[in-house]
Amino acid sequence: MKKLSSVNEFVIKFANVNGSGSASANQMFAKAVFRMGIGVSAKNVFPSNIQGLPTWYEVRASEKGHLGRRGGVDIMVCVNPQSMKDDIKELVPGGYFIYDNTKPLDLRIQRNDVHEIGLPLTHMCLQQYTDPRQRQLFKNVIYVGALAALLDIDFNVLKDLVTEQFRGKEKLIAPNVHALEMGHQYAQDNFDCPLGVRVKRSNSVGDSVFMDGNSACALGAIYAGATVAAWYPLTPSTSVVDSFSKYASRLRIDPGTGEKAFAIVQAEDELSAIGVTIGANWNGARAFTATSGPGISLMSEFLGLAYFAEIPTVLIDVQRTGPSTGMPTRTQQSDVLSCAYASHGDTKQVLLFPSTPHDCFTMTADAFDLADRLQTPVIVMTDLDLGMNDWMSKPLQWDDKREYDRGKVLNAQQLDAAQSFGRYADIDDDGICFRTYPGTHPTKGSFFTRGTSRDENAVYTENGELYAENMRRLLKKWETAKQYVPAPQFYQEKNTNNVGIIFFGTSAQPSCEAMELLAEQGINVDAMRITAFPFTAAVDAFIKNHQQLFVIEQNRDAQMRTLLMTECGIAPNVLASVLNFDGMPITANYITAQIKQQLSISNVTPIRSEPAQVTVQETNI
Amino acid sequence: MSYLRPDFRHPNLPVNDIGFTKKDYEGSISTLCAGCGHDSISAGIIQACYDLSIEPHRVAKLSGIGCSSKTPTYFLGNSHGFNSVHGRMPSVATGANLANRDLIYIGVSGDGDTASIGFGQFGHVVRRNLNMLYMVENNGCYGLTKGQDSATSDTGSQSKKGAANPYEPIDLVSMALQLGATFVARSFSGDKDQLIPLIKAAIAHSGFAFIDVISPCVTFNNNPKSTKNYDYVREHIEATSTVDFVPMKQEITTSYQQGSSTEVTMHDGSVLRFNKLKQDWDPQDRFSAMAAVNDATQRGEILTGLLYVDPQSQDLHEIINTVRKPLNSLTEKDLCPGNVALEKINESLR
Repeated sequence: MKKLSSVNEFVIKFANVNGSGSASANQMFAKAVFRMGIGVSAKNVFPSNIQGLPTWYEVRASEKGHLGRRGGVDIMVCVNPQSMKDDIKELVPGGYFIYDNTKPLDLRIQRNDVHEIGLPLTHMCLQQYTDPRQRQLFKNVIYVGALAALLDIDFNVLKDLVTEQFRGKEKLIAPNVHALEMGHQYAQDNFDCPLGVRVKRSNSVGDSVFMDGNSACALGAIYAGATVAAWYPLTPSTSVVDSFSKYASRLRIDPGTGEKAFAIVQAEDELSAIGVTIGANWNGARAFTATSGPGISLMSEFLGLAYFAEIPTVLIDVQRTGPSTGMPTRTQQSDVLSCAYASHGDTKQVLLFPSTPHDCFTMTADAFDLADRLQTPVIVMTDLDLGMNDWMSKPLQWDDKREYDRGKVLNAQQLDAAQSFGRYADIDDDGICFRTYPGTHPTKGSFFTRGTSRDENAVYTENGELYAENMRRLLKKWETAKQYVPAPQFYQEKNTNNVGIIFFGTSAQPSCEAMELLAEQGINVDAMRITAFPFTAAVDAFIKNHQQLFVIEQNRDAQMRTLLMTECGIAPNVLASVLNFDGMPITANYITAQIKQQLSISNVTPIRSEPAQVTVQETNI
Repeated sequence: MSYLRPDFRHPNLPVNDIGFTKKDYEGSISTLCAGCGHDSISAGIIQACYDLSIEPHRVAKLSGIGCSSKTPTYFLGNSHGFNSVHGRMPSVATGANLANRDLIYIGVSGDGDTASIGFGQFGHVVRRNLNMLYMVENNGCYGLTKGQDSATSDTGSQSKKGAANPYEPIDLVSMALQLGATFVARSFSGDKDQLIPLIKAAIAHSGFAFIDVISPCVTFNNNPKSTKNYDYVREHIEATSTVDFVPMKQEITTSYQQGSSTEVTMHDGSVLRFNKLKQDWDPQDRFSAMAAVNDATQRGEILTGLLYVDPQSQDLHEIINTVRKPLNSLTEKDLCPGNVALEKINESLR
């Protein structure tokens, strides 16, 4: 039988029972691989349930730094009999099936092309522990210990992690280390360690950190000076505000008085959450809210108000599988259109698309500057995969010289010096007008904010010409926004191929890996990662420089493709799609296969063409 | 609507303690129907702010959608205003107040805006004890959409269309008392002697101050069989007390007959003096207020006046312990932990 063999490049998946304490043990395993100096991403696939249903945890170890999902599983650690029948099918031939052999494996599910490794986990726990909770919890720790032997992970790394995890609860350290040792010993005594798939200490991670995107968004908000956070709990966005609360409690409380330089409101619903956010921003504080698809639907009316009345607003949308309640604990990129045009009437909302925790931090911080500068909502479009899973990422950085860009806000002295003040007067001809905070000046600069049509001085009007003029000015502001949003990311110095691929958010990492896999098979493509909406001229130019393009995204209806067609005026036949919408993150293997298949039936020859020039043109939208 | 309002004012208009005339507290010309009760309420707000010598720009006016929510345009023209989304003013007010605790927040809403579409937000802003004056201009009908019954319309009351309302009314005063509001009053747009001291007391209150003002709709709900027409309200009104509001800086000079008056000292040192008309009610006892309201409702009467006040109330900022300085005045220096702290966070993530 073939025996899978690879060093520092593998996929391992854990199949557990929800609520059994497996998540922290699995996370410890992932972090141990990271501490061995190998790139890691971990995906917690969990049910909408507190206890009892199947849950999985997939770890990708890649010294090359491929952090997206690859597809297929090399090692399956299965401690959940409920899902065993299906779990074993996911293994690639030659892979390793690690299972609890306290009971013999069901003959009907056995495969003759994978290696079985039985660990008597239940038996060991029954012998060792009397407390039922301990019998369950330590099962997880024992298999992590066994994996350390099977994969050749330095045992001291695990010991350190346990010590750090239980800092403050020191008496838990010894029993956990003991459980690790039990597993380690058992594996060494009974198997030929290490396996063909194994870990070898490396230094490929540099100064990277291992963190989830939601915490990074929260830190971005802290660093950008957000003082008001209003929210309604909603998976997978909940941990954004939880983290904000955690870090704010460490970094924003006056040690002398105990007073807080922040306010968190758990609102009665998402409508209220965005209302609080808008009210606080209107009054000059930096405020944000975090939600997911169902919250976006509820917030849409308010997003229209903020767009039309021109109130800065920061919203973090951690996308999940829709429509309706959908699969609430699975990932998708399916709010692109509902956010881009959120609310009734003619609206366009600024979107940012982070791909890594580092992006989550910088883009959230930038979102506050952008919102203040453009006086409009800015939506950070992350997703469950990025938000709730741990990723290896560049460390977070802050430039201490950076000043917040509060945009065009007049203070009392400026109002005294100004000849006149009209809240919606476009003095600078960039579509962005001056605003004032309430309470600034006794007699100057007050105005009435409203969602109804108004003239330059914010006075109510039903004059159609004035209404239309204002709507055109908002479009001018949209053009101005293109100077401020981040540029798309390119992966080649010059476009040299007929075929281009376009991706954004969490589709980026598997797409980059797919690009390498395609190149290995002689198919070369150029690539662009979209980082923001509005699309800048560079996005337009990339599309116009390629004969055939693939838009890779994680939704059914090719929403980004639709947005590109509409906003850049692209003919439908130019943009093909690679779509994944089963709730699991898209894989590099799937993208590779899809592109190969579609190219083989189209007439485009994926060979190197004459080097094309990137021409930057102004787009008319 | 009133098309004309002379711009001319007497050159020697009296000024208040901080040198403002009443004109400085006015807004644009009202576009509501002539005789609308809401305009009297706007006039009451203007008078109260003038009397209290509030700098107009230290007030923020907030509203939802509807006839009532249009009124912030018609008073305090030197204050910022925010006419937000239908039924969602409480959330916008919450955010605004969190951003700057030093301003005075006046929210104006209607019975549709508060008792129907905004019922949820109303309940929750009460629970948060947001420091604001929240007024409902209650006319029992939807004016802007031409007279449909609202949720505060009494059972059997007939609007201009002639159909009797078959549903139970929502009594906002009872709701506010039930949900823990720390200042609850009811008044009538036609009784400015009662309304103006109530507005002043509500502004002085630290916490959520609710005034339900019966404000007849002259166009759609002022017909004889409506229980919210001017005559009906006048005939059925019953007051708990007459209230004097004595600002902190003024000496108390009025004297009342011993035994008939109660004094409550407010958070800011002002004094509320009640000349009690009902003896079995204590303005600082929530349950006696609820009982008095219920009792009046049973008898078909409308109980008005200040019904309940908790002068020790803790507002939202005190509950969540925010810094004394307004959050919107904090800068990078106060808020950004800097790169050294971030390096430490990075280290904890390795």
